[in-house]
Amino acid sequence: MHALVGENGAGKSTLMKILYGMQKPDEGTIAVDGEQVTFHDPGDAIARGIGMVHQHFMLADNLTVLENVVLGSEKLHGIGDRARAKILEISDAYGLGVRPDVLVEALGVADRQRVEILKVLYRGARTLILDEPTAVLVPQEVDALFDNLRGLKAEGLTVIFISHKLGEVLSVADEITVIRRGTTVGSADPASTSTKQLAELMVGSELPSPETRESTVTTVPMLRVEGLRLMAPDADGVDRTVLDDIGFTIHKGEVLGLAGVEGNGQAELVEAIIGMRDPDAGVITLDGADISHAPTRTRRESGIGYIPEDRHRHGLLLEAPLWENRILGHVTEKPNSRGALLDPAAARRDTERIVEAYDVRTPGIEVTAASLSGGNQQKLIVGREMSHHPKLLIAAHPTRGVDVGAQAQIWDQIREARREGLAVLLISADLDELIGLSDTLRVMYRGRLVADADPATITPEELGSAMTGASAGHLTHAGGESARLSGGLSGGLSGGEDR
Amino acid sequence: MKKFAKIDKERLLLGIAAPVLAVVAAFVVTSLVLLATGKEPFQAFQIMASYGLKSDSQVYILNKATTYYLAGLAVAIGFRMNLFNIGVDGQYRLAAFFAAVVGGMVNLPGILEIPLIVIVSMLVGAMWAGIAGLLKVTRGVSEVIATIMLNSIATAIIAYLLQPGMLANLNSNTNSVQTTLLPKSGWFFTLTPNPAAGPIEGFIVVALLAGVGYWFVLSRTRFGFDLRTVGQSESAAEASGVNVKRMIVTSMLISGAVAGLVGMPALLNEAHQYSTEFPTGIGFTGIAVALLGRNHPVGIAIGALLWGFLDRTSNWLEFNGYDKEIVGVIQGVIVLSVVIAYEVVRRYGVGRQQRRVGEQLAAAARAQGQQQEVAA
Repeated sequence: MHALVGENGAGKSTLMKILYGMQKPDEGTIAVDGEQVTFHDPGDAIARGIGMVHQHFMLADNLTVLENVVLGSEKLHGIGDRARAKILEISDAYGLGVRPDVLVEALGVADRQRVEILKVLYRGARTLILDEPTAVLVPQEVDALFDNLRGLKAEGLTVIFISHKLGEVLSVADEITVIRRGTTVGSADPASTSTKQLAELMVGSELPSPETRESTVTTVPMLRVEGLRLMAPDADGVDRTVLDDIGFTIHKGEVLGLAGVEGNGQAELVEAIIGMRDPDAGVITLDGADISHAPTRTRRESGIGYIPEDRHRHGLLLEAPLWENRILGHVTEKPNSRGALLDPAAARRDTERIVEAYDVRTPGIEVTAASLSGGNQQKLIVGREMSHHPKLLIAAHPTRGVDVGAQAQIWDQIREARREGLAVLLISADLDELIGLSDTLRVMYRGRLVADADPATITPEELGSAMTGASAGHLTHAGGESARLSGGLSGGLSGGEDR
Repeated sequence: MKKFAKIDKERLLLGIAAPVLAVVAAFVVTSLVLLATGKEPFQAFQIMASYGLKSDSQVYILNKATTYYLAGLAVAIGFRMNLFNIGVDGQYRLAAFFAAVVGGMVNLPGILEIPLIVIVSMLVGAMWAGIAGLLKVTRGVSEVIATIMLNSIATAIIAYLLQPGMLANLNSNTNSVQTTLLPKSGWFFTLTPNPAAGPIEGFIVVALLAGVGYWFVLSRTRFGFDLRTVGQSESAAEASGVNVKRMIVTSMLISGAVAGLVGMPALLNEAHQYSTEFPTGIGFTGIAVALLGRNHPVGIAIGALLWGFLDRTSNWLEFNGYDKEIVGVIQGVIVLSVVIAYEVVRRYGVGRQQRRVGEQLAAAARAQGQQQEVAA
């Protein structure tokens, strides 16, 4: 089992695309089993026994597991009982526990991932490439995945594992290659390397920590959400409750962290607070003013800063120059406009300032946003939102896809603004970030806030178990045991007010 | 600052590259077509050039271009929003028809008569386009489908009302059906710098003002920024606080209002009435002109002039023994080439800029690294 580590943008994914025939190398050779090969498309790679499990699953929700697996390789074992037998055989051999006749839409993330792995094995792969397989999993699921991978290894398969989570890499890999800025900077033996050494190799400097030292939480409520309910049509057009009875308060100077496996309503909650979705019930109060049904622009103007989860869809105009992106979302505010007219000169000057102050690496402010790397795009967004001195910052995955250096900067900026009384709603899949930055933690599961926890004592594992719905209520650190239920279900939910 | 200037100049070059590439490609293809029909291509181009540059041709081209320019602007407003307003054609015809009817019914001093006619026309155009906008935001009907249908409906409505006894009269001399002639006060002024070449229609001034207004609103106002934002990314616009649905309706209304101006040169400067001979199909020319001009006010002007030039010279080509349809081929090929060349150049530009930014940053990082080494 070989792990490939490097920070975001180091070239891991590009390398994998080349190995899988999705992209052609300019120079250099690839050898499989000692034989030099060239891949023109993924088909060539599959023929050589290379299979890829993508970070984003490529499964058809409305088909069964069996149908998904045979799709595209009907010739191998047909589409009937022979295929089913083969799937069960593979599943048993590697302990994947796949049920062939279940609809994929009924499966959880971890099960889907196992289907993806089985799909690749079904096509006869001897070398598996897994691109950031743990990004979507909670810690318990990660352990189960690693057991599966060890099983594959024991059967003589090769696994290439891409990650930037160093702890995982050290626990599972037999060999580690570190890449930085597109070149191999070293290899490491997991038995004799520490996380810290590996991190330094990876970034060329010391690893930052998201930890927040002193508490700045005040008793002045900034954002209060009560009884929020939101219905939304699902894929079949049936209205479903995506948010149910959500209630919490964020005070000035407080960071409230929201944990949860993606797709449990966090995105919808954010959109309801920023005004992109209109809640069916409940009240949202910002700094004493009821904004439950106010238009997005009013909310923006009254002091909500927004770092969106998907910066390409919601945070940037990719084909517009940086200074126009600086105006985006704040077109009615100074320095971007005076009255109904834009003030391009002032916007440009202020963009220069943001580029300077937030260390956005760019040759100028006239280049398009698309030409910046993800981390620099994110720094521009953070700079833009902070420049308007928000009262409330909604930070959805603020450091996703951002390199370690920029990550530290963004954390610093959130911390600094928090000291000045900013209220922050933080949503992150990175549990270390969540625990490190937050003053209060809530866990979201199936559209409800099911648990709360104290970030000072909770561990990622305990948080993880609540994220899968295994525990609820007030989570307390239980010294090695998993989190246990304490207090009534709803007792923990309204805890925000009585701090 | 030098670096920025360079990138800007490049962007300008790339911006011009697409239309130039398209026109050159169109001429190459047309030459091949001419050769295939056994005609000598260069002579044909020469005939077109020499005839097109005559002074009376120049006036004709300017007058044609005025109408095309307004049509191009109307379409371009939609394009900037990612809306494909195919319905400019129906909008301007319906608008001009009702404007002609209202103008024929009243007789006011020019200072009131002309604005009245123009405003009626813009309102009718806006209303007709607004239907498509409303259908899109309330029922999710594609504006392409809706405006195509509205074009047909407009044709039918005009045909129904343009009958003797309805809103039109029969001219017994020419046997044509037409609305009441506008009073003299409703005739727009003309400019005649060279009597031999004929009059230049005064509406060219309105067209120029519309062009300046288009530029100013889009690039200098908050409203224009919101509009462009929706065009570039609806999701980002929504997150930034633009009411996307309202913006769709508003921009369709504006596009339709400008479409209402398209028929005005023909009504106020030429025919002074709406008859069965009223020019049709200009809305579609507007699409071609907006594409050619890349939605830029100056680009659209160039496109409109080019179209006027091709119109003018097609008749002369026929006179010289060529098939006038060849001009249609040129126009078609130009539009196709523009669409292709635009995309090719855009991709090239984006890729090139990304590479350059990467290179510049890498160079900066290397320089920094060397300094550190020297210091160590």
